[in-house]
Amino acid sequence: MNAFVAVLRRDLLLAMRRKSDVAMTLFFFIMVASLFPLAIGPETALLRTIAPGVLWVAALLASLLSLPRMFETDFADGTLEQLALAPAPLALIALAKILAHWLGACVPLVVLAPVLALQFGLDARAIAMLCLSLALGTPLLSLLGAMGAALTLGVRGGGVLVALILMPLYVPVLIFGAGVVDADATGMGAAANLSLLGAMLAASLFLAPLGTASALRIALE
Amino acid sequence: MLEVSALCCMRGEREIFRDMSFVLADGAWIHIRGENGAGKTTLLKALTGLLRPASGSVAWNGIPLHESRDDFHRDLLYLGHANGIKDDLDAAENLMLAGSIVDAPTAAEITLAMRELGLNPSSRTPVRSLSQGQKRRVALSRLALGRTKLWILDEPFAALDTAAVASVCRLMDRHLDRGGALVLTSHQEVPLGGRGTEVWIGTPQENNP
Repeated sequence: MNAFVAVLRRDLLLAMRRKSDVAMTLFFFIMVASLFPLAIGPETALLRTIAPGVLWVAALLASLLSLPRMFETDFADGTLEQLALAPAPLALIALAKILAHWLGACVPLVVLAPVLALQFGLDARAIAMLCLSLALGTPLLSLLGAMGAALTLGVRGGGVLVALILMPLYVPVLIFGAGVVDADATGMGAAANLSLLGAMLAASLFLAPLGTASALRIALE
Repeated sequence: MLEVSALCCMRGEREIFRDMSFVLADGAWIHIRGENGAGKTTLLKALTGLLRPASGSVAWNGIPLHESRDDFHRDLLYLGHANGIKDDLDAAENLMLAGSIVDAPTAAEITLAMRELGLNPSSRTPVRSLSQGQKRRVALSRLALGRTKLWILDEPFAALDTAAVASVCRLMDRHLDRGGALVLTSHQEVPLGGRGTEVWIGTPQENNP
């Protein structure tokens, strides 16, 4: 547990030193989400319909954008080697890094989403639902993303490869996540979608750190 | 005590070395030698457990590595080609982070360790703007921290000036006196006392003893 806290603090400290990385992810999210209303025009009904999908896709792409940095710099400067040689399970260390990624790259998106949702004319309940779905779904993006980032570590053109590897894993998250607002608005109830997201989160919370650790070991050989 | 028996390592399909066997007793040191590309780094990685050997075994105090990874890593200090320090942090912060996973060193210990390597402990310059040699000094300050029993160092003297080489050798001698063990690679002669042996990967160069 000591190692978990130490690695988490380390990664958050590093994120504080490189605010531009956090800002870039956030700016990308704002840009994509703001360009849609501008391009589509003032058609309130249409904007309202596409809003959850657009915001979810924007959040997904923004988190994808920040993935390569998760392990790459540590790999290049040798600190990843040192972490792998620490007397603690590598999966636990990976989990700490994933949590740090989520806090640094995804939580700002969740916090900012309501503001951007206003541009699409969503009502308060829909916005609350959207945020709930993002709060449950973005940790999944970080967990799955860590596996992809670890698998492509040290590979040239890794960024493209990460996107290709993760697409099939991200699609269910996107479908159930973006569906939450719709399901709630049509009276179907969002419980099914949220439960599925929760179940996926629980499963990957256990499996993703193990997979990430194995992939990191291969990369370090 | 580190025991290496019949170690064989592969990189893809290529065999790097085979039947590598030696024993490193407490208080002794081994200088791994070989030409560029002979596989010295590969051997060191196999000794740390980062690289899984194709066959053979490495044992620390009689227990094979894969059985007691965490115990072994608690005793191990490894310094590879890369310095293992973050560019965005200053030297003291780096040393604090490096130690914090096992048990965090105190500020006084860090100051002492940095002095040992001729670094200015009060400098708040990010490591990014230090020279190659100074970065290496920061990385090597870890030698003066903590009480790990086994040091595995890949080219510790690379990029260092003579004064820094002398300080590192002093640290190594102290480590050996305390009963620590040391494995290192270097292309230069290593002026250490105590029981030192050379292990060659590939054929020893006769004209360069």
